Amino acid sequence: MSSPAVSATHGALDGVSHGGDAHHHDDGSKTLLGFWIYLMSDCLIFSGLFATFAVLANATAGGPTGKELFELPYVLGETMLLLISSVTFGMAMLAMHAGKKNQLLAWLAVTFVFGAGFIGMEVHEFAKLIADGAGPSRSAFLSSYFTLVGTHGLHVTCGLIWLVVMMDQMRRYGLTDATRRRLSCLSLFWHFLDIVWICVFTFVYLRGAI
Amino acid sequence: MFGKLTLDAIPYHEPIVMVTLAAVLLGGLAMLAALTKFRLWGYLWKEWFTSVDHKKIGIMYIIVALVMLLRGFADALMMRLQQATAAADSAGYLPPHHFDQVFTAHGVIMIFFVAMPLITGLMNLVVPLQIGARDVAYPFLNSLSFWLFLSGVFLVMVSLFVGDFAATGWLAYPPLSGLDYSPTVGVDYYIWALQLSGLGTTLSGINFIVTIMKMRTPGMTLMKMPVFTWTALVTNILIVAAFPILTVTLALLTADRYLGMHFFTNDLGGNAMMYVNLIWIWGHPEVYILVLPCFGAYSEIVATFSKKPLFGYKSMVYATSAIGVLSFLVWLHHFFTMGSGANVNAFFGIMTMIISVPTGAKLFNWLFTMYRGRVEMTVPMLWTIGFMVTFVVGGVTGVLMAVPGADFVLHNSVFLIAHFHNVIIGGVVFGCLAAINYWFPKAFGFRLNEAWGKASFWCWLVGFYVAFVPLYILGLKGMTRRMNHYANPDWQPYLIVAAIGAAIIAAGIFCILVQFYVSVRDRKKLTDPSGDPWGGRTLEWSISSPAPFYNFATLPQVRELDQFWEDKQNGVAYVQPAKYEDIHMPRNTGVGVVMGAFGTVLGFALVWHIWWMAAIGLLGMIASFIVRAYDRDVDYWVPAAEVERIERSRHAQLKQFQTTQVAPVAAPQRQKVA
Repeated sequence: MSSPAVSATHGALDGVSHGGDAHHHDDGSKTLLGFWIYLMSDCLIFSGLFATFAVLANATAGGPTGKELFELPYVLGETMLLLISSVTFGMAMLAMHAGKKNQLLAWLAVTFVFGAGFIGMEVHEFAKLIADGAGPSRSAFLSSYFTLVGTHGLHVTCGLIWLVVMMDQMRRYGLTDATRRRLSCLSLFWHFLDIVWICVFTFVYLRGAI
Repeated sequence: MFGKLTLDAIPYHEPIVMVTLAAVLLGGLAMLAALTKFRLWGYLWKEWFTSVDHKKIGIMYIIVALVMLLRGFADALMMRLQQATAAADSAGYLPPHHFDQVFTAHGVIMIFFVAMPLITGLMNLVVPLQIGARDVAYPFLNSLSFWLFLSGVFLVMVSLFVGDFAATGWLAYPPLSGLDYSPTVGVDYYIWALQLSGLGTTLSGINFIVTIMKMRTPGMTLMKMPVFTWTALVTNILIVAAFPILTVTLALLTADRYLGMHFFTNDLGGNAMMYVNLIWIWGHPEVYILVLPCFGAYSEIVATFSKKPLFGYKSMVYATSAIGVLSFLVWLHHFFTMGSGANVNAFFGIMTMIISVPTGAKLFNWLFTMYRGRVEMTVPMLWTIGFMVTFVVGGVTGVLMAVPGADFVLHNSVFLIAHFHNVIIGGVVFGCLAAINYWFPKAFGFRLNEAWGKASFWCWLVGFYVAFVPLYILGLKGMTRRMNHYANPDWQPYLIVAAIGAAIIAAGIFCILVQFYVSVRDRKKLTDPSGDPWGGRTLEWSISSPAPFYNFATLPQVRELDQFWEDKQNGVAYVQPAKYEDIHMPRNTGVGVVMGAFGTVLGFALVWHIWWMAAIGLLGMIASFIVRAYDRDVDYWVPAAEVERIERSRHAQLKQFQTTQVAPVAAPQRQKVA
């Protein structure tokens, strides 16, 4: 899920300068703008899910409530894993800008481990809820909970696949304009998911535990 | 092994479907045989299917849309025939479950697979040419969008012959569309067809925003953009802001149907009204997504054929943007009767009335553009004038229903049906047909036949009124929508008139097909050697027809609105540059086709619960995307010498044309700006 739609360089940066000169249709600024717009559309997907959750949060249909189900310390651990992975991704980007490929690969690997740990904890949490009879088909509240949190998890999983592809591309092609640009997009994506998770933690878990 | 799919899924017992299937199979086989016989597969694959050229992708969108128009219109004729006959003791010829599928398919096809590809196709064809760009921002993504859209088309068409289609109405309201009340695969076809094509639409929305924001030719500031490009920009912003909500809504319905969740069910806390809210938060902007580019096309056409600059360019831009914002604040008027309370209804009623103001401003702009212009009554202009009259009627009935009190009487009546056909046919269909007639020469190098074009216009216009005025009257008399049978025999004469109207529209569609045939036959006579057949104002008319694959050999310099018109007035329109440069172009790729194919497999497998096949489809899509990410040979250079050769022959042709032509194409008298 890297963004191969566009190929090439950071070269000509300005919309005005796409004359007869080099690489007009693949400068990095276009990709970044497009990726920001994509992130905003993704943000709307999450906003739809948050709105749905807000409407259905009390529709427990006699089933368990958030207060009974959520184990805040566990979720806090999960949260810390994701937050740390964002920090390590930041370190990876610093290494990229410094041109240190091996350091970059190492930080990306660390990011992957923390991201995968987050997904592992989430899957474990879901499995436990389902085993306890609090699966997504128990009530509308649980449907919206599983869908919102699961959609975030699905995004992180896509991010992990993308991360692996980028590590491989970095290893093969090195720090080219294309790989730098793609990694910048992935970095945006990763931090975006971090922000979404903070909203999930606040509005789903903390609010639910009150 | 094959999930829910068995041989019983093919509706053998329904003669209408089986005859259609036979016709489709025979026609399809004949076409495949012809393609093989004339050895066209390689040509199609190399020049069209794998093309990332925005012009070719645009043309493919429009061709598919016109084919789907025939399917959607066949559904319309079936409904008209049923309602014309199924009065009192007669049951008509369509059983209820079939009738329900027909009206659902009609709505879904006409909106998603006719109107949407028409405007996406037009934007593809025109926007890069108008802003002086050589392609869109992400050419591969553009190809991918098209093929994802096509897999949606494919699923809808397959649903006719394998299994069934949704029988829920075009927005699939739950709980009717839930598993309890729609246990067959119909709704699943609906969901996956829309998800696949909706993904394509979102991607092209992002693509066009970046194209317009980043790839305008030097000097073209936002307020020097042609109006069509402005409307395209606002439409694509609406797409990116609205389509994610459709994705979410359908995903939640999917969760209910596939995973036993309870978003919209009647039990365990589900809330069906939330679906209605969500789907219309997408649905109302969607209406403006469709109509805004058509407004843009009308603006170009009116200015061109009145030989005057567009009246009130700035107000046009502001009106378009205002409509864009307001379109997100009116969704609740689709369900005033749901019981949101008087204050909420009043708010949305007032917003609905307000949104008609910028639209009204646009109408005056078009009228003032024509005022004292030398109006040429060409086919695009006829469509435009027909639109102005028809759309006002539709707008007024819309404002009427914006009054919540009135809406309580008219809600879900055929008055509503008449209203939205009035604005969609009068606004979107007329607009797309006007635009096709207007930009056809730019795509193919020859004009469309005028006589058949005029015939199609008059059939459509007359047919529209004959078909829908009776529905307005019936709505006031209390007839509700989607009835496959009615007891009141007083309604029947009106419905017979409406069926005659549909037949007149069918004649209009027939005229369009003849128009295409005759124009291709007479293409030598209708040829457009100048590239500027109408005396155009915007940049797309400054290059040859059809446009060269790189669009612009040198990028035009823009200093004012309607730069090309100014250049023609000043006699500098066709000056050859001293030297040409290499041009950088994206290379064709088949990855879009492959991903579309895997998408189709995924959708079909999910519809029938064939999980292993779904896994193949999904993994195939992801894998081909990753493979593409490793393809480093995605572009090439066109050498300057090649560009020069093409441009020289173009200018030689132009010179020859200008010397043989007695009267110049564009009447060169300079118009004062009012």
